[in-house]
Amino acid sequence: MSKAPERVEVLPRTQSPLRHLISGSVLLWFGLLVLLPLLGIFRETIKTGPQIFLNSLGAPGSRHAFYLTLLITVVAVVLNTVFGTILAIVLSTQKFKGKILLEGMIDLPFAVSPVVAGLMFIILYGPNGWLGSLFSAAGIKIIYALPGMIIATLFVTLPFVVREILPVLNEFGREQEEAAVVLGASRWQTFWRVTLPSIKWGLAYGVTLTIARAIGEFGAVLVVSGGIINQTQTATLYIHDQFTDFNTAGAFAAALVLAAMSFAILTVIQVVYKKKGGDHPC
Amino acid sequence: MSRTRKPPGYGSLSLRGAALLYVGLLIVLPVIAISSRALGGGITSLWTQITSPQAMAALKLTLLMAFIMVLINVVTGTAMAWVLVRYRFPLKKVINAMIDIPFAIPTVVTGIMLVVLYGPRSILGTLFSRMGVEIIFDKPGIVLALLFVTFPFVVRSVQPVLMEMEPDMEEAAQTLGASRSVTFFRIVLPTLLPAILTGAALSFSRALGEFGSVVIVAGNIPLKTQTAPVYVFGEIESGNVQSAMGVSLFLLFSSFLVLVMLKLIQNRSQRHVEST
Repeated sequence: MSKAPERVEVLPRTQSPLRHLISGSVLLWFGLLVLLPLLGIFRETIKTGPQIFLNSLGAPGSRHAFYLTLLITVVAVVLNTVFGTILAIVLSTQKFKGKILLEGMIDLPFAVSPVVAGLMFIILYGPNGWLGSLFSAAGIKIIYALPGMIIATLFVTLPFVVREILPVLNEFGREQEEAAVVLGASRWQTFWRVTLPSIKWGLAYGVTLTIARAIGEFGAVLVVSGGIINQTQTATLYIHDQFTDFNTAGAFAAALVLAAMSFAILTVIQVVYKKKGGDHPC
Repeated sequence: MSRTRKPPGYGSLSLRGAALLYVGLLIVLPVIAISSRALGGGITSLWTQITSPQAMAALKLTLLMAFIMVLINVVTGTAMAWVLVRYRFPLKKVINAMIDIPFAIPTVVTGIMLVVLYGPRSILGTLFSRMGVEIIFDKPGIVLALLFVTFPFVVRSVQPVLMEMEPDMEEAAQTLGASRSVTFFRIVLPTLLPAILTGAALSFSRALGEFGSVVIVAGNIPLKTQTAPVYVFGEIESGNVQSAMGVSLFLLFSSFLVLVMLKLIQNRSQRHVEST
């Protein structure tokens, strides 16, 4: 950081009008594109008054939807943290055939359309699917039920934890772990005492991103959920449902709560990113 | 040492098994299942599905909207990164943190926010309406939604590269008499190009698949304002899973293509760094 002032001054020697024009128009664009819509929904909700706001949030459909979002998010975080860590450890320490392919597949959820993801699960886990027929023979319904919604959320959030801790594990090397093993530590002790402390902030960052995405996921969950009120409706599905039914007050109230949650998560993300030691641009 | 290394023990084998099982059940098997189902009907029926007027219109619209968005985002994203790295202005840290807002906000909420701001009953909406431009439930709304959800990609790809860029070359060019614009187009832009392309590819891929915000702002009129993911959703909703296969496979294939392209850009710029 001590080098920065010198650098900045060398290039733009003058306070040229062009400079102001560029920064002014870029910031204006950002304000119009991103910040103004946020203010818009805030203003709209205030206009309807606190009573309607609270009433809409307290409606049974809304409460159940938020409860379901919370439940799915917790399950997704737990499973993807455990398996994401295992995946990252396997990818960083083991060599086997097909490893490159496995690593490539992990990024697919970032690239594929949520609707297509949902369709993939309908085909595989639906009542006539390869795996779905097995489950339905055992009396377990996956698609158009909670398990399917969890699977869809697991899919879209799978890369976050892996992608955050894999580089840390790769850079960290194995010397310290090997030293611990040589000194008589068990595998389990080595993981808790040596590996985990080194990846903890990367892990925390990955988990925060997972939470944000799990709360906000819409397309994939919608396709596999069937969207039954009070049963298979998460908060985002509820907002969509209320909006298309022209119950805008209900939609706005829930949307504002989700937007506030995203803001909180974003703040946590910034803090964790700094702890992680990321030189966050600025 | 490596030759005499003992075969992996039960511990690491079970870890590997767990990892493969998880990715297998969540990603690999679903991809195989949809591909086999799509190709199971034969190539001709897949072709008929993709070339049906409604599917074709949806694909064309999606590609066009994504293309327009990328053109705008490449310019504004690079400029935003430039301003954040090179210029000093009040509240810079806060604004820098706020760049990620579109990633944090649920897409449905994005859609609703845009309808509130630009919808037919809003101040801005009526203003544009008077000028003969409909934003919401029409194409400008789609582009706007795509611009919002993909905004951070180009900024966040270009920013780190711009920060690491040493000013030596730029100074040398200017000392040798190059004008500002020549310096920018000959020195700065080529250095930033891989990062800009990465951001563009990420935005484009996200735009092809975007659903939540688009389904709310687009109006979703078949042949007019229905994008490919919305078309697929509509087909699933009306029970025509099979006829959604063509477009779905196309979208899935383009996702793979973008991933491969990103890998190539990454390898290329890494080799470039190593060779210099």
